Amino acid sequence: MTTLTDAWHWLTDGAHWSGADGIWHRLVEHLVLTVVCLILSCLIALPVALVLGHLGKGGALAVNISNIGRAVPTFAVLVLLLLTPLGQYAEGPTVVALVLFAVPPLLTNAYVGMRGVDPDVVRAARGMGMTGSQMLWRVEVPLALPMILNGVRIAAVQLVATATIAALAGGGGLGRIITAGFNLASTPQVVAGAVLVAAFALLVEGLFELGERLAPGHLRDRSTP
Amino acid sequence: MTAPPDDCLARNAWICGKYLSTRRGILTDAVLQHLELTGLSVLIALVVAVPLAVLARRLRAAAGPVLALTTVLYTIPSLAMFSLLLPLYGLSASLVVAGLVLYSLTLLVRNILAGLRAVPEETRQAARGMGYGPLRLLLTVELPLALPSAMAGLRIATVSAVSLVTIGAIVGHGGLGNLIYTGMNTYFKAQVLTASVLCVVIAVAADLLLLGVQRLLTPWQRA
Repeated sequence: MTTLTDAWHWLTDGAHWSGADGIWHRLVEHLVLTVVCLILSCLIALPVALVLGHLGKGGALAVNISNIGRAVPTFAVLVLLLLTPLGQYAEGPTVVALVLFAVPPLLTNAYVGMRGVDPDVVRAARGMGMTGSQMLWRVEVPLALPMILNGVRIAAVQLVATATIAALAGGGGLGRIITAGFNLASTPQVVAGAVLVAAFALLVEGLFELGERLAPGHLRDRSTP
Repeated sequence: MTAPPDDCLARNAWICGKYLSTRRGILTDAVLQHLELTGLSVLIALVVAVPLAVLARRLRAAAGPVLALTTVLYTIPSLAMFSLLLPLYGLSASLVVAGLVLYSLTLLVRNILAGLRAVPEETRQAARGMGYGPLRLLLTVELPLALPSAMAGLRIATVSAVSLVTIGAIVGHGGLGNLIYTGMNTYFKAQVLTASVLCVVIAVAADLLLLGVQRLLTPWQRA
C-alpha cells in the first residue's frame, strides 16, 4: 500500500506537473501524437478501404493486414525505424510506427463494413440509375458508417497504447514518465505514470463509447452485443 | 595496430551471417525465454478463462461485469500494465507473465463466451431430452461446439502475447525484446533485425500450430 500512497504523493506534487518533463507537457505530447496520427491514418486507410470495398476487390489483403499487424511487435518496429535514417528526426519513428499500427484496424473494419452492406440495397440504388460515386457516398458509406467508426475507435485506443511504447524508443508522451521512473528506479513514479497512461487510454475509450451512445440510432454499431 | 576486420559486424550491417553464427547461444536463450513466457501466460489464461466464460454464460448477471472488466483491462496499454504490476511482482519474469495473462484472459473470455452463446438452443434441448445433465451437456455438447470460436481467440491471444513479450524488456525479462532493447542502446542493427524477424517467425509458427490443433480437434468442420 505504501507504494500507492507514494505514487499518489508523486502525482499531487506540483513540481512534477510543470516543465518540459512535466505531466502537462507529456500529456499534450501524447494527445497531439494520437490525434495527428489518427487523422493521418484515416487519410491513408479510409480511401483505400472505401474504394476496395466499393469495387469488392482486395478483400484478402484488407482482412489479413490486421493479422499481420498483430504479429509484428510494436517495440521492434519502433527500434527498427529508430536505427534507419528516419531516426534523426525527433518524432519521425514514432509517427511512422503509430500510423503503421493504426492503419490495419481502420482498413479491415471499413472494408468489412462496406462489404456488409446488403447487396439488394446496392442493386436497388443501381436500378434507380445512381452512378458509382453516388452509390458509394449516398448508400454504401452511410450504411457502413457504424463499422467504419468502430475501426476509428479501435485505432484510437491502439494509437494511445503505441504512443506509450514509443517512450521505450525515446519518443515523447506519457510513457516517458514510466521509462524515466524505471531509469531512476523510482517505483512511485513508474506507478504514477502507469496510472496516468491507463486513465488516458480509458478516457479515450470512454469518449468513443459515449459518442456511440449519444449518436443517432443508424450510426450505432449493431454487431457489438 | 591491426586494422579492424572488414566484415558485416564491423560495418554494422542490417543482415549479418556472422552475427547469427557467433551469437547462436544468446539467440537460442532469448527464443527459449520468449517461448516460455508466451506459453506459460497463455496456458494460465486458458485455465482461468474457461471457468469465467462458463460462469458468465450460466449467470446472466455475471456476464456484464465480466465483459466490462475485460474491456477495461484490454484498453490499458501494455507498458502501463507491466508498470502497474511492478509493486506486486518487482523486476521479475512473474510480472511479465501476470501482465500477459491479463491480456490473453480478455481475448479468451470474450471468444469462449461468444462460442458458448452461439450454441443453438435446439441442440441444447435435444441433449437435455436425451437425458444429459448440466455437466455432461457442458463438457460433451457446449464446449466442443464453442471450440472454433475459442480456438480463434486462443490464436489471437497467442500471437498478441508473442508480440507483447518484447515489452517485458523494460524489466529485463522480454525474451527477444531484451536483444532489441540492448541492440537499440548500442545501435546494433543486425541484432535488432534478427530478433524482430525471429519474433514474427515465432508468432506465425504458433498461429499455424494452433490452426493445426484446431483442425485436429474439430474434424466435423472439415467437410
